[in-house]
Amino acid sequence: MSAANETVSAGGARTARYFIYAALIILALVYLLPLYVMLSTSLKSLDEIRGGDMLAPPRDPSIAAWVRAWGEACIGVSCVGIKGYFWNSIKMVVPAVLVSTLLGALNGYVLTKWRFPGHKLVFGMMLFACFIPFQAVLIPMARVLGTFGLSNSTTGLVIVHVIYGLGFTTLFFRNYYEAFPDELVKAAMIDGAGFFRIFWRILLPSSGPIIVVTIIYQFTNIWNDFLFGVSFSSGTSSPMTVALNNLVASSTGVKEYNVDMAAAVFAALPTLFVYVVAGRYFVRGLMAGAVKG
Amino acid sequence: MSTIEPVPVLEPQRQGRSIADGLRNALPKIVLAPSFAVILVFVYGFILWTVYLSFTTSRILPVYKWGGFDAYYRLWSQPNWYVAMQNLAIFGVLYIGICIILGLGIAILMDQRIRAEGVLRPIFLYPMALSFVVTGTAWKWFLNPGLGLENTMHNLGWTSFKFDWLVNPKMAIYTVVIAGVWQASGFVMAMFLAGLRGIDGEIIKAAQIDGASNVSIYRRIIIPLLRPVFLSAFIVLAHMAIKSYDLVIALTGGGPGNATELPSTFMYSYTFTRNQMNVGSASAVMMLMGITAIIVPYLYSELRERKQ
Repeated sequence: MSAANETVSAGGARTARYFIYAALIILALVYLLPLYVMLSTSLKSLDEIRGGDMLAPPRDPSIAAWVRAWGEACIGVSCVGIKGYFWNSIKMVVPAVLVSTLLGALNGYVLTKWRFPGHKLVFGMMLFACFIPFQAVLIPMARVLGTFGLSNSTTGLVIVHVIYGLGFTTLFFRNYYEAFPDELVKAAMIDGAGFFRIFWRILLPSSGPIIVVTIIYQFTNIWNDFLFGVSFSSGTSSPMTVALNNLVASSTGVKEYNVDMAAAVFAALPTLFVYVVAGRYFVRGLMAGAVKG
Repeated sequence: MSTIEPVPVLEPQRQGRSIADGLRNALPKIVLAPSFAVILVFVYGFILWTVYLSFTTSRILPVYKWGGFDAYYRLWSQPNWYVAMQNLAIFGVLYIGICIILGLGIAILMDQRIRAEGVLRPIFLYPMALSFVVTGTAWKWFLNPGLGLENTMHNLGWTSFKFDWLVNPKMAIYTVVIAGVWQASGFVMAMFLAGLRGIDGEIIKAAQIDGASNVSIYRRIIIPLLRPVFLSAFIVLAHMAIKSYDLVIALTGGGPGNATELPSTFMYSYTFTRNQMNVGSASAVMMLMGITAIIVPYLYSELRERKQ
């Protein structure tokens, strides 16, 4: 759609164009400001922060705060930085993303190409599971994890994230396979190919885009999760987001704003990196998760 | 998106005669079964469990002694719960409203054949990639009454500028709105932009030939055509507003005092720190009911429309 703009440009209303560009640039600067402040604060010394201006660029950029945040900052009683929590998050994210994506692919395949009576109800129930407030399952989950000795463990968090990510991964693959031609599947069946063979040989090779979308969506969601992390883990088993919050919220000693900001940058880096590298797929995942069906 | 056909596409043709055949026919269901079972137990079973807990006398640990509606009476007689509901109303209305207005506004600006669209769009959208905890941390520092925005304005010469919303119980909830809008409005913009790109240019051309002005084309034709996007944006944002937990915790910790309490923080603190698990469960049930009231009609209509 761009026909509506023709009058603007064709009419030669230059001032209108200037206004549009000015408004967009100002808005973009406002959106960038918190990130800029976060980065520049993390590169300043505490004296400079206290005496200077938040918006001023660092006079003498130093990564000292980054080093402190990574390896020395105190979270709770242990002063070994956030690196352990960063790895906790990685150990939690990688298996949870892979398992939930694989299961979602298989579920989507069954729900589109091997339909059975009631498939719609099954899908509807899985879809609704995407939207429940997790507060409604928090207490039972804590009990069950405790019973099986999985509270405060990365394994427990992996299981939780796989379970509550299944709805979304199934939704993504179901919608994608819905558009996949049934004829190809039928032809393969006539040739004698079985359930898994059709999946591996025919559907999976053409699932590249949706696999990327799903992995990015799951990665972002699980990395950024806080509620499950804070509910089902404590101390050194916490994921990054929980550690960051504990670091920033702790009120003992001198408040090291630069270290807080450096830790926030570490927490933001993986998802920002994915966004920069594969933004297109990131947006597609958000849209697919938002406009469903 | 996709259509839902009422008839099964590929029912295995032969009825299995041997065990091997039967197994082959059952294979798709066997593959799906674990996921579905997990959803049944861990979503629906757990919801029932939570509902049951809300009718018990559970305090620090779950007990299964029937307590009737006691927890709900206590929930609705907590001043704290009313604070949470009121805050959710303020936050929800402003968050949804501002995100939609801002998102639509930026999308319309972006749709004017902007040269640098490829640069601008990611800038509006990147906050969505961040964790709410990171967002909260960044804004907490940005709005810091001593060293943040206030100080910057003073340095710029505006010495009477006062911005203490983070520590002002009356205003703290609005800082949550600001940070939330910053995070989600770019996403709403992307939704509207996709909607704008999907509008048939012929309709607009026809209106232009009729001499309609740009403003009235937007007001009379384009914005009404975007109705489905408004609905989607509303659903997504309302759902995020009710669930919103991390942002408040990271930004204000629910404070000062209980000034930024939301149902989600209420549920957490009553369940895990105030030892009133039945009241916590009751509040979780209320949240679930709120979300169900929004999501179920939406999903239902989405799935139905496809059928026709």
